[in-house]
Amino acid sequence: MNGNDVQRQLKEAGIDILKCMQCGMCTGSCPSGRHTSLNIRRLVKHAIKSRDVLEDNELWMCTTCYNCQERCPRRIDIVDAILKIRSIAAHEGIMLTEHRQVIKLFLEHGHAVPIDEINIKKREELGLEKLPETVHKYPDALDELKTLLEVCKLAEIID
Amino acid sequence: MLQLALFLGCVIPNRYPGIEMATRLCLAKLDIDCADLPGASCCPAPGVFRSFDSPTWLAVAGRNLTLGESMQRDLLTICNGCFGSLADANRTLKESEEVRQKTNEYLGKIDRQFKGTIDVRHITEFLYSDVGPEKIKEAIEKPLGLKVAVHYGCHLIKPSRDRGLGSFERPRFFDELVEATGSVSLEYSDKMECCGAGGGMRSGLKERSLAMAEHKLSRIKESGADCIVNACPFCHMQLDVGQLEIKKAFDKTYDIPVLHYTQLLGLAMGFTPEMLGIHLNAVKNQEFAVKLAKLTEDN
Repeated sequence: MNGNDVQRQLKEAGIDILKCMQCGMCTGSCPSGRHTSLNIRRLVKHAIKSRDVLEDNELWMCTTCYNCQERCPRRIDIVDAILKIRSIAAHEGIMLTEHRQVIKLFLEHGHAVPIDEINIKKREELGLEKLPETVHKYPDALDELKTLLEVCKLAEIID
Repeated sequence: MLQLALFLGCVIPNRYPGIEMATRLCLAKLDIDCADLPGASCCPAPGVFRSFDSPTWLAVAGRNLTLGESMQRDLLTICNGCFGSLADANRTLKESEEVRQKTNEYLGKIDRQFKGTIDVRHITEFLYSDVGPEKIKEAIEKPLGLKVAVHYGCHLIKPSRDRGLGSFERPRFFDELVEATGSVSLEYSDKMECCGAGGGMRSGLKERSLAMAEHKLSRIKESGADCIVNACPFCHMQLDVGQLEIKKAFDKTYDIPVLHYTQLLGLAMGFTPEMLGIHLNAVKNQEFAVKLAKLTEDN
């Protein structure tokens, strides 16, 4: 059996989803599954069977709470597998619009949640400095971070 | 005592500066040597960036870690996301020579090198292990007597093999810290359940993410708690601003006050709700505000 390249890439990252016996402990432990269509047992099976898992909407319904991974009787790193599959999907351009936006904010400001006028006022009211001791306050540090992000080519995944 | 540098992250300084102020006040009161960490960025957020590009996640986290290394100070986080992201990156970079080399190639372009000389701490586990509930009790001026629904948040304690903070099913250390303020930590159904914000859910699938928060809030309401106390600004935002969003989306009103642990501790140390930014929360519960005003006046 050749398997598929998603499953192979997981194996290379040290995550062996073929150990899964489809017991369903993960699904029974999943808080998201109580409120979304996420069926983590099925998602793992999907990843074993086909690279179409990259297009599986349920991939994005995991809050990465780690319950499934903690309780898996076969000790499969299920959340790590999901993160890895998401990363493969993202590199093929499969990503939610909102997540693209978060990356844009980070590329521009060095913060995924940047400061705004309302919160500058709140800071001043509390007696804090207008801008926090982060890249927000130090332009040189922001430039340095932007150089690093260029080297890492982060912008390419939202192109 | 350890030397620390305060890693602010994004949500605390940019959305809940009251938590930043509360943290600074509590650390000073406990005489903890914690400096600023100038020039740090987003940790980067584990749910989104770790999901999308692991090498970038490691490089950016690596840069933040080198800021602490050059000050020879451990990083003190006040957010479960920052804690998870930086502690995991730090461990991975320390353990794997291959990953470290690759990451240092990136960091070399900005004249930095990850050396692996510091640790990453979370304020709750730091206060519990290095200060201790007994010493915290000594710093309390106004025992609060509040009924508290403790919300640990997932990434504080999981993955448990990496965090090493004991049971992920029934941890106790955070409850003990809350009890040190003279409050009662209530047992409630689904206490260890996720708030629904993580993994990019709050940004990407908002309505379903709120459904998860709504479930958690309904359980907390049943418990009769005066307030929720958390250890993470992202859980804090989800449970606080989330209540206004839940009102809009599902027409359900909870009106449960939400505090970060540093705000609870600050109250017990005698700081006013205004100094701790509690009035800047989205939920404005008058009954709770009156209770706090009374607590901080007399006693």
